[in-house]
Amino acid sequence: MTETDSFFETPAPAGYKGIWSWLITMDHKRIALMYLFVILFWFFGALILGLLIRTELMSVGKTIMGAQTYNAMFTLHGVIMIFLFIIPAIPAIFGNFLLPIQIGADDVFFPKLNLLSWYLYILGSIFAISSLFFGGPPDTGWTFYVPFSVSTNTNVSATLMAAFILGMSSMLTGLNFITTIHRMRVKGMRWLQIPLFTWSLYATAWVQLLATPILSITLLLVVFERMFAIGLFDASKGGDPLLYQHLFWMYSHPAVYIMILPGMGVISEIIPVFSRKSIFGYKAIVASSMAIAIAGSLVWAHHMFTSGMSDVAVFVFSLLTFLVAIPSAVKVFSWISTMYKGSIQMTPPLLFSLGFIYLFSVGGLTGLVLGAAGTNIHVHDTHFVVAHFHFVMFGGTGFAFFAALHFWWPKIFGRMYDFKRAYVAATMITIGFIFHYMPMFILGIMGHPRRYYDYMPRFETGNMLAGIGGYILITGIALMFVNLFLSFKNKRDALADPWGGTTLEWSVPSPPPLHNFVSPPEIKDYPYDFSDVVKKFKPGNIT
Amino acid sequence: MNGITNPLKNVDQAFIYIIGFSLVLLMFITALMIVFVFKYRRSKHPEPSDIRGNWLLETAWTIIPTVIALSMFYIGWSAYIGLRDVPPGAIEIDVFAQQFSWIVVYPNDKEIENEIVVPQGKPVKINLTSEDVLHSLFIPAFRVKVDAVKGLTSYVWFYPDKKGEYMFHCTEYCGIAHSEMNGVLRVIPENDYEQWLEEEE
Repeated sequence: MTETDSFFETPAPAGYKGIWSWLITMDHKRIALMYLFVILFWFFGALILGLLIRTELMSVGKTIMGAQTYNAMFTLHGVIMIFLFIIPAIPAIFGNFLLPIQIGADDVFFPKLNLLSWYLYILGSIFAISSLFFGGPPDTGWTFYVPFSVSTNTNVSATLMAAFILGMSSMLTGLNFITTIHRMRVKGMRWLQIPLFTWSLYATAWVQLLATPILSITLLLVVFERMFAIGLFDASKGGDPLLYQHLFWMYSHPAVYIMILPGMGVISEIIPVFSRKSIFGYKAIVASSMAIAIAGSLVWAHHMFTSGMSDVAVFVFSLLTFLVAIPSAVKVFSWISTMYKGSIQMTPPLLFSLGFIYLFSVGGLTGLVLGAAGTNIHVHDTHFVVAHFHFVMFGGTGFAFFAALHFWWPKIFGRMYDFKRAYVAATMITIGFIFHYMPMFILGIMGHPRRYYDYMPRFETGNMLAGIGGYILITGIALMFVNLFLSFKNKRDALADPWGGTTLEWSVPSPPPLHNFVSPPEIKDYPYDFSDVVKKFKPGNIT
Repeated sequence: MNGITNPLKNVDQAFIYIIGFSLVLLMFITALMIVFVFKYRRSKHPEPSDIRGNWLLETAWTIIPTVIALSMFYIGWSAYIGLRDVPPGAIEIDVFAQQFSWIVVYPNDKEIENEIVVPQGKPVKINLTSEDVLHSLFIPAFRVKVDAVKGLTSYVWFYPDKKGEYMFHCTEYCGIAHSEMNGVLRVIPENDYEQWLEEEE
């Protein structure tokens, strides 16, 4: 065992073998991989649920399941995708693996807390699964709106507890990241020398830490309401059902930014590397991340324009919503300008990133339709909203996750995957995605409500098309993962820096050794200075 | 007619304005992206430039989108106000939402289920509340929607200037038969309406 052996060969704490070298590890890289394992399990499960929902909707009337099953399925699809996949995916997997390396540290500040977060995630998962077997799966939608969530007979409490525990896991990860970034940066790395992925995690972590407690307490209140009928959300007992919606969205809207900011961070790393050119407007991107984190926390009630709240509130929240669009637009312009006069090499991570920019832009721009009060009223709670947030969450965060997998796969596993299959998969995913979700915009404008088990015949063509797109999409995703997993048959011979990156993770071996750095990391004055990379690589000569 | 402007016109204009601007911006972004990927591909353009930012450009693309966004906000808000300001003389109808149907009550206490009948050419205000969980009344043809909340009365108004039959739906998830909670809005000539209103069930 030498210092340069990878972390796969070096259990921490030392002396454990097999499964125990993972289950009690405090190495941030092993914890990241444990997250990868369980998060992918849930991702695949929720994908299948999603596909079954859309299959049901492919024809009018009952297609493959009854209404109660359908309602449970869209609830579980939402709960799993949000709390068990999108929120943790990029921070818990790639953040855990890369954040310490990007700032030149050997681990996070609280390694034990990091492991605890993983166990809380598992505990939350167990609660989520248990709701399937005891008392019937929840049928409330992932939003758990009262009074329905209080009066329904299904096992909503178990799911609420699951979300509560997963919130704890998310908060502790956020706390750990903030502390790590403040306290563990290698000597000489100032704030404006931190890579943008880490910056995005920093902004995210603050939202995780500050917004999650609101959701936690709110969900507990619903559990209490179910058990003791206190009446906090019941007007006949002096409560207010709208109070629940305010509390819920006070977390759940900022949570949208918990989901998208790390994805933006991923794209901000990938575009410069394959353009071999500095990110355009580093400071603007940092500032926009922080602006999104702050302004994004002030727009929650734009989910409630039809709820019966006052017109003054509609005015304020609509206005703030338009302002939060600006920092996102700034990022998109910066990414595109980064490519201007670059030296662009097409690779699977870049292709996914370009897909991200397009799909995220569609998602963001359709968000303007929803942010404007007059147009919101018509499309609220229709398929338009379903399409909009899938463009942002799946076309955005999902594509960023796929891009991150392909970008850092050789770093994490030391193995390169097949490019051709990756391109085919990326193309299928993108085309399938567009076929799947574009019809939903039209359906929504035509007036097709969401969460509808059945619908009028005039909506059938759109739903049929969406279903077909869904099958193409899922096939593409399956191919993508098969291709990644097939790389395990390859030799572990990936270079430390296969792409020509400038951030610190590309200066350490692939996969990294236990303590990440063999020699003390060298800090550049500017984290995206590609002049050395340009010298090092002869043009067009990259494996 | 009556000097009332149909608020749905402003809503549709807001849709066109926002979606139109968005499409132009989307095409611009996408075209630039594609052009750059081809024009600056490594085989043709091996030497990247070292550009790290441009203060003027960055300021411009912060300010211009802000102005566009504010204009969208304003147009959206104006359309919304149209949906909220009920003109004087509107017919008032009470609707009670329940799992899983709509009870419609007229000023003379006439009561029907899952059907709203209104006269052509008169503004209609619907006062909505719920008997149980949340529901939401959505009439796509008139671009209106509002939630039904137990203990709270909300309203929508619309201007039925054309005869016809229009669907309305529940759009706040309310349980197993949520998707069956639909009804028909019938707009009939005023004379027929007066007659219909006096008819016994």
